[in-house]
Amino acid sequence: MKILTLNFLTCAVKACKSSAASYPLHPQEVELAKDEMEYNPQAMLNFLLRLDWAALRMTATELGFATLPEEMPTAEDLQQDELKMRQLHELLLETHVVSGKLVCGNCGHEYGIKEGIANFLLPSHLV
Amino acid sequence: MKESMKDINGKGDFLIRFGQAHESFRLAEIEALARIAGVELEVVSYSPSVKKTSINSSSQTPFTHVRLPSVSSAKQIISRSILAQSVHELWGQGDSLSLLHDDVRKSSSHLFARYEQATFRFSVDSFQGSRTKKEQVDLINGFSFVGFEGPIRMKDPEETFTIFEEWEFDPYRTSSRQEGGKGKKSNAVINRSSSTEPKKLYLGRLISHSSRYLITQFDLKKRAYISTTSMDAELALVTANVSLAAPGKLFYDPFVGTGGFPLAAANFGALVFGSDIDGRALRGTAGWTGGTLKPEERCLRGNFEQYGLKGRLGDVWVADLANSPVRTGRGERWLDGIICDPPYGVREGLRILGHRNPPADPSPQVDENGVEKHKKPDFIPPKRPYSFHLMLHDILQFSFATLVDSGRLSFWMPTANDDDLEIPVPSHPGMHVVSVCTQPFNKWSRRLITYRRRSALEMEGETLRKDFEEYMAQMDEARRKERDVREGGGRQADELNPFRKAYFSTERRRIVEEARETMTPALGKLEFKYPDLAGTALESRGEEKSLYAEVLNYVNYVVLYYLYKIERVVVVMDGGRVAEDESPREDLAAKEDSSLAKLLAEERAVGSLKEK
Ligand SMILES: [Zn+2]
Repeated sequence: MKILTLNFLTCAVKACKSSAASYPLHPQEVELAKDEMEYNPQAMLNFLLRLDWAALRMTATELGFATLPEEMPTAEDLQQDELKMRQLHELLLETHVVSGKLVCGNCGHEYGIKEGIANFLLPSHLV
Repeated sequence: MKESMKDINGKGDFLIRFGQAHESFRLAEIEALARIAGVELEVVSYSPSVKKTSINSSSQTPFTHVRLPSVSSAKQIISRSILAQSVHELWGQGDSLSLLHDDVRKSSSHLFARYEQATFRFSVDSFQGSRTKKEQVDLINGFSFVGFEGPIRMKDPEETFTIFEEWEFDPYRTSSRQEGGKGKKSNAVINRSSSTEPKKLYLGRLISHSSRYLITQFDLKKRAYISTTSMDAELALVTANVSLAAPGKLFYDPFVGTGGFPLAAANFGALVFGSDIDGRALRGTAGWTGGTLKPEERCLRGNFEQYGLKGRLGDVWVADLANSPVRTGRGERWLDGIICDPPYGVREGLRILGHRNPPADPSPQVDENGVEKHKKPDFIPPKRPYSFHLMLHDILQFSFATLVDSGRLSFWMPTANDDDLEIPVPSHPGMHVVSVCTQPFNKWSRRLITYRRRSALEMEGETLRKDFEEYMAQMDEARRKERDVREGGGRQADELNPFRKAYFSTERRRIVEEARETMTPALGKLEFKYPDLAGTALESRGEEKSLYAEVLNYVNYVVLYYLYKIERVVVVMDGGRVAEDESPREDLAAKEDSSLAKLLAEERAVGSLKEK
């Protein structure tokens, strides 16, 4: 699961949706890997504004990447700074969780990740 | 022809030549492509099919006259089209050859000099008619007044001019031509009892061919990994076009299966995501066959690798749309497009997570050693039947909550052709219906319905707020009903699924009988059509008798399946291997033998009762 995707997902439990503590999910016991992705500045500028930057910083920090600035870079910044853009590309799209779990900070439910694929199916007492 | 092109300012006239299938999808696709190109499209003439549910498309004209700002915009639009074959600069049109000549002289003589020295060729494209070689040459020579002096090149000319003819549909002419036999093109013997001249003619200069070649490139037969529910390549690509897939956009399929829709969207440049309640499809452990592939290649990711699109595959995860982990109501909406063919459970009934009858005690279930069952690695979450309407609502509501303004949702939905059983297009106050395309079959149809997410600006105002409240109240009511049906105990999935109910109760027996009748003679041909399948069957089963039974079963299965989900080619026979970790979405491969046998037994029983 890519770092980018982690920013778009939260706990699947309905009761957690309104709780601030349920987002972002906390990656634990993770094994990370890097896979090449198409470098696509157009896509990046497109989704940049849709990111929750604070959540992204939290995820990055928890995974040991502490280099994200406090403020989200603007599209203009990035367009002028290809290096920055490529770093973001590497972090968001190429770095991914191969195995581990994602833990909800509200209900504590753990979602397993196997072979890069997270499982969000809930046991019936949480549906 | 009265229409002239001389007084059109800043816009050019073009003729789109469509392929022969999927008429009701054509304009939706072209309009979507014009939107992607940011170009204003004006459709000057297009006659829709006589009957919207007619599967006889032979009377449908494949020619559409449009106006576009420039040659380059025409090229931009049609070069991505799946349903068009080509686009041509329109030099003239007329209801007869002489009127066409007049119109070309009148409207396009200012263009003649521009192509005077170019290498060129002329060709003739007769729709519902055909011309002998000599007739073609005569037709072409009739245009010598354009005065081209450049050399004629049959191969790779700089310019191609095409004379298009549209003939009245004449079944006698068509059949007499077909009787000429395959491979032998009968040019000479054409019966023109009812019409001796085409009813409409055009002359066009070729601007661009379309992307129809992608249909072959993405053909399911050549795809590494497909399932019983894979959408055929042509319609998956059309779906991606209609939903405005384009470079830099983020697309998502919540019922992703083996990834047919995201593949199509990725091909057009989108970064794609998907999820499925059945993780085996994503991981490739579904037991679905992909020919000679190694297990590790038989997965969704493998398909993206096959087409060189892995760099556009965002992520896939296992989830149920009714309990989705995608964030909503927090942060920005992030999807540009949602495309899917939801599992309507025509055969098995639709299922989502949860108990049919929820236990009174809502705490986690515990095994005999006090371990919570859901924490064990072999835990299989229970699934329960679900309502067709509620699922559609879930999709619409989810799309409303996750799509950016003007983002599109395109999904497929079956419906019966019978007016009484027709299922209305689902509505949502925040989602505007852009197009409804219908692919008709004999007794039912499936539709591709496309919505645009309304912007906040569009939705301000009291009326809309009221619409929303009303809508939500309706959905609450529907949920209550669904719970009542479910907890009322023992009732069929049919109660929840109007399509399934209507379809099975009225059509099932007739279809099985018809299928058996029509397909049994085709048994021998099966071997040619599905060589892998026949081979597998021969190798894995020793006895001829059981092979015959299996093939017969398979034929019934294929026919039934074609009738339900036409053209999603099923190449699964030895599909009984079900992974242990999760129960499948539609246990087709696994259950087919037994459920089909049961179905057939039922049919026989009904049949014999009737005879008595
Ligand atoms: Zn939670």
